[in-house]
Amino acid sequence: MTNEVEHPRSSPVKRGRWRAADTQRDGGGEGQSAARAAAPSTASRSPSPARGGGARRKRPSKTRDNLVYAAVWLACAAPLVWLAFRAFTGDLGANPIETLIRQLGVWGMRLLLVGLAITPAAVILRKPRLLRFRRTIGLFAFAYVSLHLLSYIGVDLYFDFGQLWKDILKRPFITLGMAAFVLLVPLAVTSTNGWVIRMGRAAWSRLHWLIYVIVPLGVAHYYLLVKADHRPPLVYAGILAVLLGWRVWRKVAK
Amino acid sequence: MLIRHRPDLTDNDVTDRGLYLRRREFIAGAAGLGLAGLGGVASAAPLAFTKGFSTTEKPTPKNDITSYNNFYEFGVDKGDPAQNAGKLKTRPWTVRVDGACEAPRTFDIDELIKNKLEERIYRLRCVEGWSMVIPWVGFPLKDLIAAVKPTSKARFVAFETLMRPSEMTGQRWDVLQWPYREGLRIDEAVHPLTLIAVGLYGETLPNQNGAPLRLVVPWKYGFKSIKSITRISLVERQPPTAWNLSAPREYGFYSNVNPAVDHPRWSQATERRIGEFRRRDTLAFNGYGEWVADLYRGMDLKRNF
Repeated sequence: MTNEVEHPRSSPVKRGRWRAADTQRDGGGEGQSAARAAAPSTASRSPSPARGGGARRKRPSKTRDNLVYAAVWLACAAPLVWLAFRAFTGDLGANPIETLIRQLGVWGMRLLLVGLAITPAAVILRKPRLLRFRRTIGLFAFAYVSLHLLSYIGVDLYFDFGQLWKDILKRPFITLGMAAFVLLVPLAVTSTNGWVIRMGRAAWSRLHWLIYVIVPLGVAHYYLLVKADHRPPLVYAGILAVLLGWRVWRKVAK
Repeated sequence: MLIRHRPDLTDNDVTDRGLYLRRREFIAGAAGLGLAGLGGVASAAPLAFTKGFSTTEKPTPKNDITSYNNFYEFGVDKGDPAQNAGKLKTRPWTVRVDGACEAPRTFDIDELIKNKLEERIYRLRCVEGWSMVIPWVGFPLKDLIAAVKPTSKARFVAFETLMRPSEMTGQRWDVLQWPYREGLRIDEAVHPLTLIAVGLYGETLPNQNGAPLRLVVPWKYGFKSIKSITRISLVERQPPTAWNLSAPREYGFYSNVNPAVDHPRWSQATERRIGEFRRRDTLAFNGYGEWVADLYRGMDLKRNF
């Protein structure tokens, strides 16, 4: 869900995640920056003989690829499973509803930041294939954020929409959080390959640029919620600043 | 002021008498399992007390009262105090009572515990929108104030928590201006509902609940009820208070429970009673208006929040 396009590539008919079969060779050559390799272009798809020995990387096996993908998926789902387990065993403390809402929010925030970290990681580590995880992680983040909001509206407020509306208008942290969620919805909806094609890559990218608004809103939402100890939200703000700063720096450096 | 309200609770309403009498077996059992060393259990001592003014509502389970605390001296998470407060040494402990009075004195906690103690089951409403019902054991603050013979200059009472970063590890970081301070107007302080608590559920206070003695002002938000007190001063001017210093727009000096005055972060119209699923309506003065509303007659409580 970042502005770097989710590679509709030249074979848009392929559905689902980018697996071994439709991913290119790992890393690109030594002579070529990984950033370029990560960028969707037909040029980088065709193995270039000019790059000499560097291109001799092995394509990972399909099994290994599936295993890696499963591991990412399980890692994303693990906090939710753990939270559900604690909820059912009555291990969420004296105020389980607060714990539930807090934890869902924190994990949504973490996954959004992980999502933003993938492009820099892919470029810096020269592992463009990491990019295939962006959609999974982004959608998991959306799932956590949705459950976070749903548990606030459904469990905490017990669908008291009058109160919800007052909260949105009167409490800045809820105003910002709600704005972040509303902006996140179209990104989740248009996360499929079909939507990339329907919208065209440029428009799709422009839309998904919104993530750079959404995540800061999320961090501000957290910051404004905290009573006195602002260190935890500032840690998230710091990480966000690095991830956004890297993008700015790369733009400027070009 | 005389409180005409008969406590309509019987002894059995707090903890089943049979269970209560067998509490030592439980402790012995825990010791047998090698758990006695784990904090509160070993140090809690039973107190002698009579029954006092109490709500008829069902007390919150002790485990919740002692595991969900805002006590920033031991960390900002609500689970932190139960984890970290074991380090605090509550003996020897003295409380200095001084200021605008004729007979300033230093009281020893063991002397205070020998006072006539009573149990008062009060609602506690936190500014964060949750509440509990807690069976405190203590004595009215007015007794302590009377003992030092206040002068006419005693218009406010200032309270201070212990400052000891070696044991109160949260004090190593200035998340609030330490030591924690609180204040009451003198008429609030000598109100019969205002309690100095030395215990809960019939035993001495666990450290995370403000051992060895704390204030309890049931009609104000919980942060007014300062914990682990070492000093009480009678003063002429309204004293500075910790949360008010931290965020004056959010926490006023009075901080009476008031569903009509919202906190910027939380609606104060409703609250979640710990252990309950649905929110319930918050009552003005936390339901104690009948006894305390007179203190504020003629005041604009939206401005003096």
